[in-house]
Amino acid sequence: MTTGISDRKKMAAPASMRSAGSRIVRAGFIPLVDASVLIAASEFGFAKREGITLDLAKDTSWANVRDRLAFRMFDVAHMLSPMPVASMLGLGSNPSPTIAPFALNRGGNAITVSTRLYQRMQETGGLSGDDGALANAHALAGVIAEMKAKGEPLPRFGVTYPFSSHNYEFRYWLAAGGIDPDTDTRLVVVPPPMTSDALAAGAIDGFCVGAPWNMVASERGVGRIVAAKQDLWPSAPEKVVGMRPDWAESNPETVSRLIVALDAAASWCDRPENRDALSEVLADQRYVGAPVDIIRRVLTGEFTIDPQGHQRIIEDYFVFHAEQANYPKPSQALWIYSQMVRWGQIAPSKAAEKLAASAYRPDLYRTALGFKDAVDDFGAEGVAENDRFIDGFAFDPASIETYVERFPVRSRAASSASDET
Amino acid sequence: MLRDTLTVLVIDENRIRASIIEAGLREAGHDRVILVHDVNGIARKIEDLQPDVIVIDLENPNRDMLEHLFQLTRTLGRPIAMFVDRADASSIQSAIEAGVSAYIVDGLKKERVKHILDVAVSRFNAFSKLQRELADAKSALEERKVVERAKGILMKMRNIPEEEAFALLRQTAMNEKKKLADIAQSIVTAANLLM
Repeated sequence: MTTGISDRKKMAAPASMRSAGSRIVRAGFIPLVDASVLIAASEFGFAKREGITLDLAKDTSWANVRDRLAFRMFDVAHMLSPMPVASMLGLGSNPSPTIAPFALNRGGNAITVSTRLYQRMQETGGLSGDDGALANAHALAGVIAEMKAKGEPLPRFGVTYPFSSHNYEFRYWLAAGGIDPDTDTRLVVVPPPMTSDALAAGAIDGFCVGAPWNMVASERGVGRIVAAKQDLWPSAPEKVVGMRPDWAESNPETVSRLIVALDAAASWCDRPENRDALSEVLADQRYVGAPVDIIRRVLTGEFTIDPQGHQRIIEDYFVFHAEQANYPKPSQALWIYSQMVRWGQIAPSKAAEKLAASAYRPDLYRTALGFKDAVDDFGAEGVAENDRFIDGFAFDPASIETYVERFPVRSRAASSASDET
Repeated sequence: MLRDTLTVLVIDENRIRASIIEAGLREAGHDRVILVHDVNGIARKIEDLQPDVIVIDLENPNRDMLEHLFQLTRTLGRPIAMFVDRADASSIQSAIEAGVSAYIVDGLKKERVKHILDVAVSRFNAFSKLQRELADAKSALEERKVVERAKGILMKMRNIPEEEAFALLRQTAMNEKKKLADIAQSIVTAANLLM
């Protein structure tokens, strides 16, 4: 197997930095394919090369990951991209300052509905089976209108955590189709490994989670994939590495070494020739614990989207390194914040904006890697031809409130702006 | 907010552990303890019961569901996750090691909640100990069974008395620096393959 580090000059880390002995970094993770970079860094020698021993600990819930990080049982953690933002804003039940100096990946999520609901979407919306994500959302809107007219119970959809990309992505997709997630559906939280069982049992009618669970549901014949994360906004960050700011401050060398190791691991994960080795390791019970065949196909984005065997290949379904995927861009933290405002999780204010942006730390990324490329940290998002949002709206971090108000579908609680805090 | 007794909701899929916690809390003078094993419909239950403290095990993946619920329900105030007191590192350590988390509603006196959590932590530990002992006893029993079978095989195949068969097993284990049960297991496996 090629480790591919030799061709990469690590100019960033001066010789003096790698003199000390091995340091142990305790890292929490949730068994998902997007923990790949952390797992590869540990399994394929990238951490070791930087004098780091990654002590990986598998956990069961995002709340646990957050708490164990806050209470110093983990040094760093695999986190949902909105978690550090929520923590900086003091949202959630145990907020403790958390920063992200490195993003772990893009992509990986999808929205799946039950085969039963999809059938109805086909009947009502005249779907052919190869329709785009927006057409699927419009078809769902038609079904919900019908359900309301007939007095049927509204569909229940599962997401993973209140401050998750999945929550905001599901809401974004629904709203793009003209569906109000708060009044037209019921959003509930379902732990990812239980999603396909919950769908099969009829406890939920759809869900938005990370890999491999969408593919697992469609392979089992209980679900139909109707949108991928890429359909909503291609460059949206998915998971990040979170850490306490005080830990980062007192361990600058370790932070730098860790970023260098993760950068090398991410680059390795991106190479097609390494995907087999990666799949084998991820399939292990210590990590994701899902069939190796499904993981391999998930990594390449070869989807069986329905029980009839419809195929869809999603280009770059997982991006671990390319296109500056690891750069923790403050404008993206601000986009997450804009969705928190949109759905009434927080009242908008300039102070909150500042806190939200401070969750992502490109300065640490730049220092560790000697990264000199110009990046507009506060530039507009969704502007480039190949990086549009599903509804065509562009995000300008300079005028967040205006941006939020332009959405026809948003939480009513969100509209009252206060600039006091 | 000031009530004499606090209502404690214990969410645990493990019924035995939940009852052990309940008994502990009742002994300590908390009689309003409600056990929930299944998180289905938990939102409704929380709204009806208005618990002051919610105790949940850390291995329960439905913790994220509770977090979501707290975001939605305003009736509960703002429950916060806690391991006693943020400043109290040793208590946090022991709670996490035991695998307990609790959510408390604002405005409660810390000492009273601390007491509840201390009871929960000690009961969680008692349960783990019980489970460990049970597992040990079970594996000891299994080991004894395997040794008996191995002895029987040796007696039959080598035509030797029981004592000699046992001595042979023990000597082999010593020579190979392995556990007696492991040697016995390999004899049983080999016999199954060969006979």
